[in-house]
Amino acid sequence: MEKLPLHTISVLVANKPGVLVRIALVFARRGYNIDSLVVSPTVNPKFSRMTITAKGDLETLEQIIKNVNKLIDVIHCGEHPANTVEKELALFKTKATPAVKTFVTKNARKFHVRIDDASQGCYIIEQTGTTTELDAFEALIKKYGMLEMVRTGKVLITRGREET
Amino acid sequence: MNKEATKTQPKKTINGAEALIKCLENFGVEYIWGLSGGAAIPIFDALVGSKIKLILTRHEQGATHMADGYARVTGKPGVVLVTSGPGATNTVTGILTAMMDSVPIIVLTGQTITSMLGKDAFQEADISGITMPVVKHSYLVKNTNDIPRIIKEAWHICQTGRPGPVLVDLPKDITSAPFSGESLDPEMDIPGYKKDTPSPYKADIIKMAKLFHGRKKPLLLVGHGAVLSRAGAAIKKLAEKLGSPVTNTLLGKGEFPETHPLSLGMLGMHGTAYANKALINCDLILSIGSRWDDRINGNNNEFCVNAKKLHIDVDFSEINKIVKPDAWVVGQAREVVEELVKLVEPLDTADWLKEMEYYKKEFPLKYSKNNGLTAQQVIDTCYKVTQGKAIVATDVGQHQMWAAQFYLSDKGNYWLSSGGAGTMGYGFPAAVGAQFAHPHDLVVAIVGDGGFQMTLYELATVFVHKLPVKVLIIDNKYLGMVRQWQELFFDNRLSGVDLEGNPDFVKLAESYHIKGFHMNKPEHCESVMQEAMNYKGPCVIHAEVIKEDNVFPMIPAGKSAFHMIIENPTAKMEKPTGST
Repeated sequence: MEKLPLHTISVLVANKPGVLVRIALVFARRGYNIDSLVVSPTVNPKFSRMTITAKGDLETLEQIIKNVNKLIDVIHCGEHPANTVEKELALFKTKATPAVKTFVTKNARKFHVRIDDASQGCYIIEQTGTTTELDAFEALIKKYGMLEMVRTGKVLITRGREET
Repeated sequence: MNKEATKTQPKKTINGAEALIKCLENFGVEYIWGLSGGAAIPIFDALVGSKIKLILTRHEQGATHMADGYARVTGKPGVVLVTSGPGATNTVTGILTAMMDSVPIIVLTGQTITSMLGKDAFQEADISGITMPVVKHSYLVKNTNDIPRIIKEAWHICQTGRPGPVLVDLPKDITSAPFSGESLDPEMDIPGYKKDTPSPYKADIIKMAKLFHGRKKPLLLVGHGAVLSRAGAAIKKLAEKLGSPVTNTLLGKGEFPETHPLSLGMLGMHGTAYANKALINCDLILSIGSRWDDRINGNNNEFCVNAKKLHIDVDFSEINKIVKPDAWVVGQAREVVEELVKLVEPLDTADWLKEMEYYKKEFPLKYSKNNGLTAQQVIDTCYKVTQGKAIVATDVGQHQMWAAQFYLSDKGNYWLSSGGAGTMGYGFPAAVGAQFAHPHDLVVAIVGDGGFQMTLYELATVFVHKLPVKVLIIDNKYLGMVRQWQELFFDNRLSGVDLEGNPDFVKLAESYHIKGFHMNKPEHCESVMQEAMNYKGPCVIHAEVIKEDNVFPMIPAGKSAFHMIIENPTAKMEKPTGST
């Protein structure tokens, strides 16, 4: 299968019912697969911020962004500016073995990981970092027998005075 | 009650439905088209004694098309009121039709009470969910006091920028509850709707104007956006200053008069041969409010390859969607063209115009009177008898294309046709809506025998309101356009196109107390048409035409204008690659 580029799209929306459905429809109609989607409050309680990562070609992306911008409840939609800080959080569940513990302790600084919970023979490992860092750690921890995983999806914010 | 108490209650309390109707009255709404039902009873109740005239249709689809027809000829929003569930779902086709053609309508739907939402209540349908992809915007009202704000927003949104349908879903408890809001004219709350009417950037217009320099074969393409912004006068100035021929889309008909010497008529799949020849040979094409629909472009890779492509559109998302323009301006067509006229210089187009004259002589639109009555003759006769002055609404199919070819338009908002959606059943109720707007003008619905039978029940509405609509039925006893495709591309294997069992349309009209006329011979066409068009009051003209006639010129779907066929082909044709 052809590898499609991954895009991060930031959408500022008015907190109105149905706005998420309207946005999702614009993506679905044009065959864009949403990889992750984060909805979060903003400083102004009237608005929310959606951060969406999705795969697809650039030409379709242009159409999607224009059509999302056309929605009445969308204040602004754009592909994220380059100058940003981006983060994602993941929780990994593994068997509580000494090998996992050693591995996590050893990599605590490098991957920003820590064990949040140890119960019923399981560890829950928390990681915060860039999507690439999470991907890398996920690949490594898989070798120790990963039981479950959940990731929040990417959030980002522009550096300096520029608005996201 | 003591005197003090009456003093503190200065005005009678109204409920949500009454607030709704008061708001609509304040906007100057003249008509509401609709059909009642349980969940909408409070709203129908509020209409009793209102200034707004309620028009009871026989089906909700009819109501939406009437509102659409009214909106197209007046430029004012058409308002529809229906009940929940099936009443609401019956409006979906009309909403799609309005969306595809950018027509401002407001659809008010009754809804089950809020406490029962999502619980499969009687006649519950999630209509705001169902219609989400085909509305410009929609609301599910959850608070009675929000009604004035929402109606004001709906009114604003549906007709500004690129117009379109807005749906407002009104639960019965919300319309029944007392209204205690402060104002019937509150502030709108649509911070995301900043792009309602963008002012065009001067720099974009200057860039566009520069591209005209030195061009010898310009072509102006007039679309529905030109009609919506009433750009006709500006386009005429531009065309005459440049010396440029002008062609139009199906929905752009009339904004630049088709009787003007520079007009080439409609282009595209069933456009005139000369318009399509101009499309092939031009060295510059300016789309004024057309979205380069696939009926025009055919094959995008072969579309106007040697021409500079310029695009004016009010909707930014149309730029780069189909055609990658060399220059574009986002803005109202009229505003942009008025600026553009000032910046361009006359072009040396003498040879180009001669070429057009040659094509017009070589490939005129024509038909024969020797083999029986044809749809073309009927429509051409209608054009001549009405002196081209009628408001014409068409249905969808062969008759629509023939009407576009033979009924020349000189006024943009006098031509109503379902272009984008291609909704059969549109023409007749749309004509009814137009007649409501212009009760003293001649309104002709040109329909096929197939499409007419989808909405013919509105003959009752015509009778009740004594509307003098003329319904011209082009009856070839087939779903003719599909039959044409099956003949040309599918080895004449006819499937699902034979309308065996058509009623006697004259008797049908009479059963609705409407006068019926009939014609089936070329020599009777003119006299019957004269009589029918002079008839005071509504009438149906049943024109039985030859059964197996094809619309030409034709560009097979998915092909460029190079592949235009002008007459019935003798060789077998391959199946078209384009969409329908």
